[in-house]
Amino acid sequence: MYRIVRKEQLSPEVFRMEIEAPMIARERKAGQFVIVQKGGDFNERIPLTIADADPEKGTITIVFQRVGASTFLLAELEEGEAIENVLGPLGTPTHIENYGRVVCVGGGIGVAPLFPIAQAMKAAGNKVSVIIGARNKDLIIEEDKMRGIDPNLTIVTDDGSYGEKGVVTVPLERMLKEGNVDHVVAIGPAVMMKFCTKTAEAYNTPVTVSLNSIMIDGTGMCGGCRVDIGGEMKFVCVDGPEFDGHLVNWDNLMMRQRTYKAQEKEDNDSCRGGICSKLGFEK
Amino acid sequence: MKTPEMIEKEAVDVLKTLPENLSAKERAAIPHMDMPVQAPEERIHNMNEVALGYTEDEALVEANRCLQCRNKPCVAGCPVGIDIPAFIHKITEKDYSGALAVIQESSLLPSICGRVCPQENQCQKFCTVGKMMKDVDKAVGIGRLERFVADHEAEHVTIPEIAPETGKRVAVVGSGPASIACAADVRRAGHSVTVFEALHKMGGVLSYGIPEFRLPKRLVDKEIEKLAAMGIDFERNVLIGRTRTIQELMEEDGYDAVFVGTGAGLPKFMGIPGEDLVSVFSANEYLTRSNLMKAYDSSHSFTPFFHSHRVAVFGGGNVAMDAARTALRLGAETVDIIYRRSREEMPARKEEIEHAVEEGCNLRLLQQPVEILGDENGLVKGVVIRKCELGEPDASGRRSPVEIPGSDFTVDYDTVIVSIGNASNPLIKKTTPGIDTNRRGNFIVNEETCETSIKGVYAGGDIVLGAATVILAMGQGRKAAAAINKYLQESTIKNEKV
Repeated sequence: MYRIVRKEQLSPEVFRMEIEAPMIARERKAGQFVIVQKGGDFNERIPLTIADADPEKGTITIVFQRVGASTFLLAELEEGEAIENVLGPLGTPTHIENYGRVVCVGGGIGVAPLFPIAQAMKAAGNKVSVIIGARNKDLIIEEDKMRGIDPNLTIVTDDGSYGEKGVVTVPLERMLKEGNVDHVVAIGPAVMMKFCTKTAEAYNTPVTVSLNSIMIDGTGMCGGCRVDIGGEMKFVCVDGPEFDGHLVNWDNLMMRQRTYKAQEKEDNDSCRGGICSKLGFEK
Repeated sequence: MKTPEMIEKEAVDVLKTLPENLSAKERAAIPHMDMPVQAPEERIHNMNEVALGYTEDEALVEANRCLQCRNKPCVAGCPVGIDIPAFIHKITEKDYSGALAVIQESSLLPSICGRVCPQENQCQKFCTVGKMMKDVDKAVGIGRLERFVADHEAEHVTIPEIAPETGKRVAVVGSGPASIACAADVRRAGHSVTVFEALHKMGGVLSYGIPEFRLPKRLVDKEIEKLAAMGIDFERNVLIGRTRTIQELMEEDGYDAVFVGTGAGLPKFMGIPGEDLVSVFSANEYLTRSNLMKAYDSSHSFTPFFHSHRVAVFGGGNVAMDAARTALRLGAETVDIIYRRSREEMPARKEEIEHAVEEGCNLRLLQQPVEILGDENGLVKGVVIRKCELGEPDASGRRSPVEIPGSDFTVDYDTVIVSIGNASNPLIKKTTPGIDTNRRGNFIVNEETCETSIKGVYAGGDIVLGAATVILAMGQGRKAAAAINKYLQESTIKNEKV
């Protein structure tokens, strides 16, 4: 059992949980993820990137957005309660080196997994600039933590309710134009990562992205997470989750992410409506 | 097809006329009892077990067909060497607990092996009755009798005796058939055993792979409970190679030996265009969704499955049959199994192929998919198929398929399930310096002991054999356990001398 020692609501739909998981806390490196299954026979396995870890305390931190029925149910858990299954750390850790100047771009919930990578990049001697973006002010998360890494943090919102109005590729392009960016790390929705990659392409700048495809076991067994990387089939769970953005077949990834859209919407709607027939609860 | 009632009546009639002391000839003349099954048109609408199991009458009739051969040819065909004539004799005496005791001397999981072993290639292949009838299908139904005994005695499980604690600790990686068999035998010798499983349920392929309608999960759970009652520790959510490495287990965590039974967990794809389309699944994914994640029970499970109408399954093994039959139960209207050789060469068990066909799966034999076609949303819309003919036998001894140029045609499908086997998962190899593997990534072990290139590290099951069967994996698990017990005993003696 993995006890929740701290739970915070970062925004109306985003939650942070610090969970007791000593073995994972000890082994995890930046860029790795866990699979969380609330318990019982019928709950989904959800891949979530590790946002932070404290090996001394034996805890890891996950940040997730309520997007479907399963994340909705996860968010119902309170401090002191436990998640039955947490598997990890999974995936290949981020390749960290001193590139020179690194721009880290995070969109929405993607800001959470970006934090340990930005931290590690800085520790390796890079000059790190951070751009975080979201639809509106309410959805901006981890601002303080990121400001600790880059005091000149750039914030962008779609509606202009906070920071610059617009999308993350605008400040990214500005920085690339300045001409001294050696590496870009982009984590967020696939479409954001796609356009960050396109933006960097014009400046011949390498981009590392972290992909979030559909997966079940997270150990290489199901093959559901397969992606097309430069014409080769790769598994996000074992070969990734991070890849060279320039090699990713983005359209295929986005298409595959939509496989279960119809079924997921049905469950999500019923949970939000307060009637979850699958759990027999009504509230 | 005979209904369960017809089979039972047949059994009752035979029993009425059975003489006291049967001659070999009389025994061989007793009709072979069919396995009662759920009717195909019914069973494709549920996940309940297809084969219903013998009744007591049916088991008694079938048991009386055994000639009790003195040279026991069937035993030689059993990978774990169960004393088959002995347990069958106990059935004829209605001593079912005695029969179970005989089986349990050699096999830990009779309720599982009685269901999933390919008996026609093992014990029953050598059965004298089958030879007399010149038909392996007329051999004594050893597997069915094994299942009968296990099910009949399900409530009277005995926990095997455990030797006094030795203080030695053994880590078992994975919780599939090889690991279960190894863990049990090592524990019996008095060593402490911890089983590490990556998933949230124990049982490996028995849980995520083999469908409910072939192997009810309550049986798997029950076997795991029995092992836990023996004092074996089960740790879920531990992926060796990531959460801990083999080296850490031995050097930091104080395990004296490790057994690796991680299976062949990396699905192979064909490498043809279109495999990255949305409604293309590996059989592993398709089955794991349905079995482990219970997607078939969509009124309870939060894991979705893809709603299909026309399904193509690539491959001809047991897993392909499982995937095809699962697709039917999940509501597919048509399911085609596309296999490049003929029915004769299909690697699936004969019974599984028959069940699939009875249920309405269509076999497309001597055909090879060459491309999967997609629509503008990335969904499968069809498969381009090429006809094949049989050429010379290949390395496997089966006649190899030769593609016929210019024979391509297209069939409409909305779903493809790729079931052409598994490669070995590279995780442990990558994270364990000094472990030797072959070019396929399978661990190289000493055939007698299952020891790997690292002292104290043993391996068995599909990680060594490639894709094999439950019982072969169990056989290797037991072999490794014997070697581990010997190794631990020798190291104790050595330490005492020092």
